Amino acid sequence: MSMGSVMTERDKDDGVVLTEAQKRARRSRSIAIALSLAALVLLFYVMTLVKGPMVLVRPM
Amino acid sequence: MSLISEGAELRGPIDGQVLAEPSLATVGDYIALLKPRVMSLVVFTALVGLAVAPGSLHPVTAFTALLCIAVGAGASGALNMWFDADIDALMTRTARRPVPMGRVQPGEALAFGLTLSCFAVVVLGLLVNVLSAALLAFTIFFYAVVYTMWLKRSTPQNIVIGGAAGAFPPVIGWAAVTGSLSLEPILLFAIIFMWTPPHFWALALYRSEEYARAGIPMLPVVAGEVSTRRHILLYTLLLVPVGIAPWPLGFAGALYGVTSVVTGAIMLLLAWQVFRERRPVERAAKNLFAFSILYLFLLFAVLLVERGWGGLIARVAV
Repeated sequence: MSMGSVMTERDKDDGVVLTEAQKRARRSRSIAIALSLAALVLLFYVMTLVKGPMVLVRPM
Repeated sequence: MSLISEGAELRGPIDGQVLAEPSLATVGDYIALLKPRVMSLVVFTALVGLAVAPGSLHPVTAFTALLCIAVGAGASGALNMWFDADIDALMTRTARRPVPMGRVQPGEALAFGLTLSCFAVVVLGLLVNVLSAALLAFTIFFYAVVYTMWLKRSTPQNIVIGGAAGAFPPVIGWAAVTGSLSLEPILLFAIIFMWTPPHFWALALYRSEEYARAGIPMLPVVAGEVSTRRHILLYTLLLVPVGIAPWPLGFAGALYGVTSVVTGAIMLLLAWQVFRERRPVERAAKNLFAFSILYLFLLFAVLLVERGWGGLIARVAV
């Protein structure tokens, strides 16, 4: 049995198993996405405070 | 040891289809997709457009506008890297970009670019105004579709027409403040538009072998060095008066006038050297390329100091 087929069988059993490097990369991407979303929430919050009721007005 | 990265193919549960390997892309790779150096120039010129525009804008709104313009510019860079991965791999200058290096999959770069484009345009439209958002959307479309997908691979005039994409940021900045357009932002547009050809053709002169290898019809590849040198001189002759124009038209003061005349004269001198120098052309072309960046920076920096600085301080004070 070839090495490749062994790994394919194992993948079927365990799903995709990430390497440590892939886990680290995924974690750093997840943190970056979380921070970006938090920044977006903060931006909308601050802009709502700044504009007040005018936040609903869409000027050209 | 990896269970999946040693040459074994990952296969899905249905029909045994081949799956892409899990990504190793880091945050740094995604930041590289945004072309941070290009983005910094875009932010700077947009800031000048925003600062010299008449009227007032709350500092937080101004920050939001700049953020959206920066993200939109970065998104178009990611879309450019997605589409150009094949030719980027063939050129030394671009071969280490995340997609040709295999650190970011093309589909990831495409999704990243499209997502950021949508966010930048929608947020700018919701929080600033519709005109600036429409201009940003058009700029992204122009760079990603008109320039990258069409002009770049089909005509030696690619960077002449495509240069419009890089010229829009100060117009967007102006529109963010005023919600309208006038002659002044069009003049700022014209300066960058006329600056782009001599800047990029100077680069193309000493990178022509790489462009030829990648099959990009840059002017030196298609028309040769002599024609390119002539074009550089011609476009610099057109650029210098456009660069000086804000002064006699009353949009800028004496400091800008002196700066634009002196730096314009240096640009002309360097373009003349490129035109006259036969072999090797590299030295003169590199000098022109390097100075052209300083030239554009100085023109906009002086405008910012002369026209925009006082306005910005007043706006922050309000």
